[in-house]
Amino acid sequence: MSQSDFSKALLDNERPTPEGLIDPQGRPAGKRFDVYRNNVVLSLSDALSDAYPVVQKLVGEKFFQAMAGIFVRQHPPKSPILSQFAPEFPDFLAAFPPVAKLTYLPDVARLEKARTEAYHAADVDPIDGAALAALTPEQMAEAKLHLHPSLHIISSPFPVFAIWRQNSDAPDTAIPKHGQDVLIARPQDMVEMRTLPPGAADFLRALAAGRRLGETIEFCEKIPLFDLTENIGGLFESNLLIKIES
Amino acid sequence: MTLIPHLPHSVGVGYKPQHLDDILADAGSVKWLEIHAENYMSAGGPPIAQLKRLAEQFPISCHGVGLSIGGERPLDKEHLARLKHLISWLKPASFSEHLAWSTHEGGYLNDLLPVPYNMETVQRVADHVNEVQETLGVQMLLENPSVYVAFTTSTMDEITFINEVVSRTGCGLLLDVNNVFISGTNQEYAPEDYIANFPVEHIGELHLGGHIKDQDEHGAPLLIDSHNDKVVDPVWALLDTLLKRAGPKPILVEWDNDIPDWAILEAEAARASKALEATS
Repeated sequence: MSQSDFSKALLDNERPTPEGLIDPQGRPAGKRFDVYRNNVVLSLSDALSDAYPVVQKLVGEKFFQAMAGIFVRQHPPKSPILSQFAPEFPDFLAAFPPVAKLTYLPDVARLEKARTEAYHAADVDPIDGAALAALTPEQMAEAKLHLHPSLHIISSPFPVFAIWRQNSDAPDTAIPKHGQDVLIARPQDMVEMRTLPPGAADFLRALAAGRRLGETIEFCEKIPLFDLTENIGGLFESNLLIKIES
Repeated sequence: MTLIPHLPHSVGVGYKPQHLDDILADAGSVKWLEIHAENYMSAGGPPIAQLKRLAEQFPISCHGVGLSIGGERPLDKEHLARLKHLISWLKPASFSEHLAWSTHEGGYLNDLLPVPYNMETVQRVADHVNEVQETLGVQMLLENPSVYVAFTTSTMDEITFINEVVSRTGCGLLLDVNNVFISGTNQEYAPEDYIANFPVEHIGELHLGGHIKDQDEHGAPLLIDSHNDKVVDPVWALLDTLLKRAGPKPILVEWDNDIPDWAILEAEAARASKALEATS
């Protein structure tokens, strides 16, 4: 029996206990092998619920554990670093028929995934506004702004931040009827989240993609209700700027 | 530069972030900490910052859980590189891993899976241990597993297997006393005999932990390594026997699930400390 056979049987309860595994009396291992089956599925299911606590709250613990049992058998971790486990889970939810009616659920999962990634991202100190203020208007237009490596933006047609807050740190949160763009970043110790004003998600994505400030502004000013001053201010308030390349 | 294991002959605990403030305020009997290497392999973030802070105050034991040393597949070079990076900045007092496998072609299974004890496996494990020691620049400690099944392809007992690996690699050993009790019960051999025959001169660290009692389908006792409770009295008794034979060693109390308040974990460490004092 190879480890490949062993692991296939671990992840599939329909398969018989692999040949050659015995108890001390020489009888087939049966329940003893099931200890490994349980360890694998339960420990990975726990890792999944640690990573996606709000998804678990939304569907209920019992349902989540049953769903986790299916997910972890299909998508065991790619590496032993469990903080990077289950990046496929939002897409899995989007394609999992029993939760099809919870249309917002995959985006809530994307938000939680972004929080985990932000938490474990590289540590870089942000810079303050003086560096930008020191530039001439021409230099400013040509500048590339480097944003914090922990930055994530989730754009959803659902009020995904309100749903997340209502099911985690602020149960009284009212759920609006519109979609939300959410900024997730960890410039210092804590993961910070806020909803973004109109156009800000495009503004930040353009900067993150390495576009110059001048062309980014030109592009974003065509977006209705885009407020440049507010957006530049937001970069500093959220400590997102780490370097100006001029 | 080779890292030779040099944990103090005192008691440590497995570090859990929820105990950070308690540890910094008053670690009590706890003189060193063990971390799971795989929890500190991100680019950055608070866990790494916490570990840097703790490493200024405490000797750290770096304990890997994902290298799959018993695996039929080659060792994961990327994972070895991550371990090398961690060891280079953390400068731990010890690096240890398990006599087990956890990775197959489909991914990482997050459990410590058993290997048959025969010459073919000895050679594979020894090759992997040698590769780890050469790549990381460490003398590693290899930990005895808790096992639930036996293999029809096994041709030797666990201690013979371990002795063969030590003689081929020069590695040290991490003796998990709870695992001895679990495996002995599950495989129907006397844990006391295992302790009496273990090559104590190679021990660099001892582990203690809790387990769950169950039964197999024939009503035979089946102990499951769960690290979710206090150490049971028969395991404390085995520890005393072992310390009498081996002299003082670094002792770790592991508690990884249903993690208790610091005071409860510290009390377990205090009990281990007393056992240690009785031998020195």
